[in-house]
Amino acid sequence: MNVRPVGCRPSWLIGGALFVVASCVLVLVLGQANIPRGAVLVEAFDRLTPGTVESGLNPIQKSIVWSLRMPRIVLGLLVGAALATAGATYQGVFRNPLADPYLLGVAAGGGFGATIAFVNDWGDGRGIFDGVQLAAFVGALASVALTWFMGFVGSRERGATTLILAGVAVAAFFTALQTYLQQRNTEDIREIYVWFLGGLTTEGWGEVLLALPLTVVCIAALALSGRTLDVLTVGDDEARMLGMPVGIARLLLVVLASLLTATAVAVSGLISFVGLIVPHTVRMLFGSSYRIVVPMSIIFGGAFLVLCDLAARTLGTASEIPIGVVTAFFGAPFFVMILRTTATR
Amino acid sequence: MKFRPLLLIFAALALFAAACGSDDAVEAATEAVTDAAMEDDAAEADAMSEAPQRIVSLNPTGTEMLFAIGAGDQVIAVDNFSYYPPEAPVIDDLSAWSPSVEAIAGFEPDLIVSQGPIEGIEALDVEVLVLPAAVTFDDVYSQIEQLGAVTGHVGEAAELVLQMQTDIDAVLAEVPARETPLTYYHELDNTLFSVTSSTFVGEVYKLFGLENVADAADPDGEAFGYPQLNSEFLLTADPDLVFLADTICCEQTAETVAAREGWSELRAVQNGNVVELNDDIVSRWGPRLVDFVRAVGEAVAAVETAAAG
Repeated sequence: MNVRPVGCRPSWLIGGALFVVASCVLVLVLGQANIPRGAVLVEAFDRLTPGTVESGLNPIQKSIVWSLRMPRIVLGLLVGAALATAGATYQGVFRNPLADPYLLGVAAGGGFGATIAFVNDWGDGRGIFDGVQLAAFVGALASVALTWFMGFVGSRERGATTLILAGVAVAAFFTALQTYLQQRNTEDIREIYVWFLGGLTTEGWGEVLLALPLTVVCIAALALSGRTLDVLTVGDDEARMLGMPVGIARLLLVVLASLLTATAVAVSGLISFVGLIVPHTVRMLFGSSYRIVVPMSIIFGGAFLVLCDLAARTLGTASEIPIGVVTAFFGAPFFVMILRTTATR
Repeated sequence: MKFRPLLLIFAALALFAAACGSDDAVEAATEAVTDAAMEDDAAEADAMSEAPQRIVSLNPTGTEMLFAIGAGDQVIAVDNFSYYPPEAPVIDDLSAWSPSVEAIAGFEPDLIVSQGPIEGIEALDVEVLVLPAAVTFDDVYSQIEQLGAVTGHVGEAAELVLQMQTDIDAVLAEVPARETPLTYYHELDNTLFSVTSSTFVGEVYKLFGLENVADAADPDGEAFGYPQLNSEFLLTADPDLVFLADTICCEQTAETVAAREGWSELRAVQNGNVVELNDDIVSRWGPRLVDFVRAVGEAVAAVETAAAG
């Protein structure tokens, strides 16, 4: 285990930022609508800067650039960064390489919340402050709270393992409720499954505006928590000897990571594997200190999801491929690889 | 999150089940009632006496057909989606989605009308008539005739079929042909799931020579004719007509469509050619199919007028 006091090199951060910008530009100019690429860039420049530059695009093409492609890219960056950062945090807090953002039952809780909202026609999961989004957010946080509570009640040791097991129980419980509700309301089942598949499809900037504040605050807080995570990685007793209030530190980290995950789930449904494979890739490429893993996960989580979404919306000539299919297609083989390398260690 | 691939399969299955029946199933269903169909009109009264009097329908379209051919009195229980016609005896807890053989047995049926095979139903030793989702108009008419034959309403079934055919022909006769075909988009829900021409719904639009923009999204049938369109593609395709089959499920209207980002620029929106359909009528293939055809015919005719004026 690498606990040398190694921080993130500035060159990595700059390189990573350039990679993100390059990915965004690439994704912006590609799409099913055949819009001249130069004009797309001019249009984006026009929108993002105070002055007026005429791109020569027709109104529909302008809407495609500003209301479809651009919010989708920003949402991809936010959700990808959120899931990857949350995954990295959970892996550190629980000292478990297989931990992902849905470890504590967030997916099942969020799914149950969304199911309740769909069944009661509270909304359709799109735009800003939609009923489905709020219900998914509340459900996701409720499941984490329940897991935390059960983990403490069930064990005086307050160990990470107990929490993970409690998470399994809570997830099973919420999944059962959710499945029951779906079977009782088969007329809504299609809407619900589409939501479960996850996706960054947006119309306008509603989802981005909803997700932005909380995501940025939590990500910033976690980016500064690298040292805390490094110490926790060594072990609870060792961390206490180093003077760290382990219980409080772990609670704070889990709250931040859970808020991130809940926000991501609320605006984009369940997108798998991002939170698992991005931190691991970063670890292999740059080093295992969380002072490196967290910032680089933020950068590459965003870029990875944006690039996956490019595949999701351009592999078909006219159709959408659910983004969960793309992330899992790359994620599943990767998952096996992680398992193999950890097994041979 | 290791169960995600399973969800995918479920979703695909749900779409598939909701949507299309295989030809095999149609044939099987046809075979099942061949004997019954042999009966001739003269024997109808005789057949009535031995016709099933305790029919359970787990097929909303089948229920509509049963009532339309005058067999409604013989129906004692229908599933929770068979709420048309209003006099159908809906049992709130009777599910066609996950049918309970025991619950069905409780009604002591002498005929069960379903949309697909029901696991374990053989144990009841009751005749089961499977009426899978129609693929062609002929499937619709043959299913009505099958129901007529097994319920002792052969004459009324034949009348209904003739009436439907006459009505549809009348609608078609009133819609003038166009030199360049109009294009359309048929919306199943507001996440842009649509149908291609290879579906039964597509057959209806084919009557009017309309071109489906969604065909490009599922050329090889991988999505079973039910692809999810990319909004960028749809905006670029700019169809002449937009048909909303999600007015009930997703509360979509011409207004909500116009309010979507970028959609206000679409031809269909600007020319008032966004057509609100009843989800149920469009997703079933029963007697109300005529209403669907008529709605499409009126919409097509309206485009004609606008173009001329």
